Amino acid sequence: MAADMTQQNTATAEHIEYVTRLGDNALILGQRLSEWCGHAPVIEEDLALANIALDLVGQARLLLTHAGKLEGSGRDEDQMAFLRVERDYRNITMMEVPNEDFGRSTVRNFLFSTFQVLLWERLVQSSDRELAAIAAKSLKEARYHLNHSAEWVIRLGDGTAVSHDKTQAALYYLWPYTAELFAANPTDEAVSAAGIGPAWSELEAAWEAMVLPVLAEATLVVPARTPFKSYGKFGRHSEHMGHLLATMQYMQRTYPGASW
Amino acid sequence: MERKEWPLWEVFIRSRNGLDHKHCGSVHAPDATMALQMARDVYTRRLEGVSIWVVKAADIVASDPDAKPELFDPAEDKIYRHPTFYQLPEEVNHM
Repeated sequence: MAADMTQQNTATAEHIEYVTRLGDNALILGQRLSEWCGHAPVIEEDLALANIALDLVGQARLLLTHAGKLEGSGRDEDQMAFLRVERDYRNITMMEVPNEDFGRSTVRNFLFSTFQVLLWERLVQSSDRELAAIAAKSLKEARYHLNHSAEWVIRLGDGTAVSHDKTQAALYYLWPYTAELFAANPTDEAVSAAGIGPAWSELEAAWEAMVLPVLAEATLVVPARTPFKSYGKFGRHSEHMGHLLATMQYMQRTYPGASW
Repeated sequence: MERKEWPLWEVFIRSRNGLDHKHCGSVHAPDATMALQMARDVYTRRLEGVSIWVVKAADIVASDPDAKPELFDPAEDKIYRHPTFYQLPEEVNHM
């Protein structure tokens, strides 16, 4: 408890922002993946996607609860998850773009779970001990998400002409959004200097080293980097975010404080 | 027209170390690696297991249901095959 109090009193704006970004990434992708429930191509994969969605929502609960404590204003996980306005969500834009089809959803899971594995591996060492504990739990989940989605990317990319084309289209669509993962920004610099976690840009080389061989095995062409930038982690979202939030926040806004 | 459906795999789960794998159901999957993952996602969501086996259903050799009379009925009147008729020595009475 004593350590907790110290942490609350000394949490910087950057520290809170960093944890909120982690929580919002998990929350928004979890929400997107839950849209597959009852709609996946086969029932086995329906369960797999729901399992991954639940893992991510579970991570979001822990992270947003922690962010609420760090900011010390008394906001709990529900207030963080359901009662903020769009500009206050700090997920990267790639999390919120529509599922479109199984190919895009799978490629996104692959690109993001690779990033999550690398990030959780580093955050296990965080000077924020609560965050380190969340990382240790989440790392196991992310490793399975990566394993599962990578196997799918290989089978879809190196599958039929139709599955190849859809997966390649998904990669072309999503690739520009991955730049946001690694873009330098003052939050990361401050947090990195404080030993809370790595600047995300530090993970780019390791991420590419994990992602590229799988894409090659899947016979997919890796798109060239473009000047395109997205700014979800600064609160500037795509046109898809408002619709997602309307669905996600409906219950809590209609029945404030509802629990079950 | 050729039907391109995924093959069926039978799933066996061991619930704890030291116990046997028990048949618990089946999944459709394109290959062995995915069958293991599908089995994990379908059958171990509530801490049911510590180990999974999958076997292609087509690779299981099963006895003929019509051969039940000759295969199993002859054992019916041979109750002496149960070890309940032996007197156990005191020292092994916890068997």
